[in-house]
Amino acid sequence: MAEAVVHSELQWTSPQVLSKRPGSGEPVWLKNLRSEASDCFAEMGFPTRNHEEWKYTSVSPIAQTPFRPAWQQSASRPVQSAELDALKKLSGICLVFVNGQYNEALSSVQGLPAGVRAGSLASLFTTSDEIIAERFAKYADYRQHAFVALNTAQWQDGAYVWLPKGAVVKEPIHLLFISNAGDTPLVAHPRTLILAERESQASIIESYWGAGQGISFSNAVSEIVAGDNAVIDHTKLQLENDRSFHIATLQVYQERSSNFKSCSVTLGGALVRNEAHAVLDAEGAECVLNGLYLGREKQLVDNHTIIDHAQPHCPSRQHYNGILDGQSTGIFNGRIIVRPDAQKTDAIQKNRNLLLSDKAQVDSKPQLEIYANDVRCTHGATVGQIDAEALFYLRSRGISLKDARNMLVYAFAGEILERITSQKIRVLVDRVLHARLDAASRS
Amino acid sequence: MLTVRNLHASVAGREILRGIDLKINAGEVHAIMGPNGSGKSTLAQVIAGRDIYEVTEGEVLLDGKNLLELKPEERACEGVFLAFQYPVEIPGVSNMYFLRSALNSIRKHRGLEEVDAVDFLALVEKKMNLLGMDKTFRDRPVNAGFSGGEKKRNEIFHMLMLEPRLAILDETDSGLDIDAMKVVSDGVNSLRGKDRAVLVVTHYQRLLNYIVPDFVHVQVNGRIVKSGGKELALQLEESGYAQFEEEAMAGAAKGSGR
Ligand SMILES: Nc1ncnc2c1ncn2[C@@H]1O[C@H](COP(=O)(O)OP(=O)(O)OP(=O)(O)O)[C@@H](O)[C@H]1O
Ligand SMILES: [Mg+2]
Repeated sequence: MAEAVVHSELQWTSPQVLSKRPGSGEPVWLKNLRSEASDCFAEMGFPTRNHEEWKYTSVSPIAQTPFRPAWQQSASRPVQSAELDALKKLSGICLVFVNGQYNEALSSVQGLPAGVRAGSLASLFTTSDEIIAERFAKYADYRQHAFVALNTAQWQDGAYVWLPKGAVVKEPIHLLFISNAGDTPLVAHPRTLILAERESQASIIESYWGAGQGISFSNAVSEIVAGDNAVIDHTKLQLENDRSFHIATLQVYQERSSNFKSCSVTLGGALVRNEAHAVLDAEGAECVLNGLYLGREKQLVDNHTIIDHAQPHCPSRQHYNGILDGQSTGIFNGRIIVRPDAQKTDAIQKNRNLLLSDKAQVDSKPQLEIYANDVRCTHGATVGQIDAEALFYLRSRGISLKDARNMLVYAFAGEILERITSQKIRVLVDRVLHARLDAASRS
Repeated sequence: MLTVRNLHASVAGREILRGIDLKINAGEVHAIMGPNGSGKSTLAQVIAGRDIYEVTEGEVLLDGKNLLELKPEERACEGVFLAFQYPVEIPGVSNMYFLRSALNSIRKHRGLEEVDAVDFLALVEKKMNLLGMDKTFRDRPVNAGFSGGEKKRNEIFHMLMLEPRLAILDETDSGLDIDAMKVVSDGVNSLRGKDRAVLVVTHYQRLLNYIVPDFVHVQVNGRIVKSGGKELALQLEESGYAQFEEEAMAGAAKGSGR
């Protein structure tokens, strides 16, 4: 790239990057929000490893890459593949975004019940829509979090889903974000807002898939609000290529007796950071965050969770499993906050890691901050290798070393996958995982 | 069928097997008895190919083929089966998936096609009925949460499914009540035949009333110190191993030149 001269943080706030479409046709409040978030980012800058929350993860490879805004390339390269077809088959309701832009031709909303609304956020804001607009950017904190600030300032598009009171959507709602970079590194800031009004119910899939071989950076922010008694089942699939960067913040706000369950599966990316923050802000809200992450070669996968118990009688469960091969690094940082009012909190957190090579590594850190006295909080973290006795047992029955290893690795992954509610999603993840394990054992 | 010659094996620098000789012909059932820690399981595991044991001397041949050069899975394909003294729990891998992979891998080695799904299930049902096993064991993860007796039964179930030529049963009777033991013995007996051989490791003569051996060996301190017919087991039940242990001690002292 000819203009790749100065790789400093400056490019991220330079007028060149900001002065394109944001603003055009947008309401004033949104323009103001962008400029405020932009100022916040300029002030914070990229986090460094001196920052406690970023101790194990250096984002300097991101800061130093001369990315171009992905929207400038969006129309250029067609995407087609068997993997994409499989992803698209997950549901008739599929909103597709290519390089951060809504792609109407690839999208469909077959099976979306009347009254439920879903579509492109950018186009929503060109019309005036108060229900949705007034809750936009109210949950993910751009004042405290540099990447959220960057997203809030620069997002081009993303999805919104609005479930009116009592709506039940049977088909999963699939939000599919495709990064398609060639020789030029591209950055997109997908933005999602999901509002589930009281007693509504839906399952949401957020998948991030890489089409090209080039370097892409997805800096995603998703806000989900679960109203009273709402039930949201969420799956996140990270399937971008091994050169890509992926930083995502999932911000969940839960009201009374709502039920939010998420399973995050990370299979791709050079550097992936998944943040999942849930605020349980009313009695009886229940939150489950599960995750599976696979690392190979020099991949770095970082999962940061925060479950903020603000009110009494809320259960939360977290179960993350990591499988790390090559020289990869896995990080799990799980924070549970129990506020003074949150009596009878029942929080369990588990992180298990399987190291497949002696050069792979894991940093697992639970953080419990408990300010109430009548609570139950437990956490446990393990790091281990494949069980040699189990391996011998399988082999002694005629199963090859390769198959026996895969069986055990797969079983370990299965602890998480079996918790995915949707059979369709489970089958898809199963397939991707098998392909991945087969590839690993062939090399 | 199986020839073990002057087999020495150590673990963590300590010699456990100190010159085992054993010859088992097709069609025969042999029993090995001996005190705790005498190396019976070590012998069984070395034959099956557990690599934590280092073979320092001697050979193990199956129909003239050097087993020690083969990987554990290759030995299984050649027809060796070990029913573990302590069957391993494998959460997340279903009994059926595991068995089907094992069976297909062995069939492939023998130049046979993969087993048809319907035939496989029919076979499973037949063998489970024979062992009085509940159908739920099919889909449960291998041994996970099974009771001691259930694990042992599951081992025999695997054996019946894989139809090995040489079955080694390491204390498959311990922890079984008399009814279960009869069932397990029936299972083993159903596999007996002129082309197959069985090696049972046990502490109790009781089992040998049901699986009647052609030969009984006494293993003490890493060696087979006495061999005889099935009456030897009865004699051991009466007199215990003390006499053999003393002789072994004396022999060891002489052997080391003290
Ligand atoms: N993996 C191991 N590491 C260290 N020592 C071992 C190992 N396996 C076996 N041993 C030792 O080798 C000796 C023989 O053990 P083995 O299990 O073969 O005996 P056994 O005759 O089967 O005993 P039992 O009747 O109690 O089953 C014992 O002293 C045991 O502690
Ligand atoms: Mg033993």
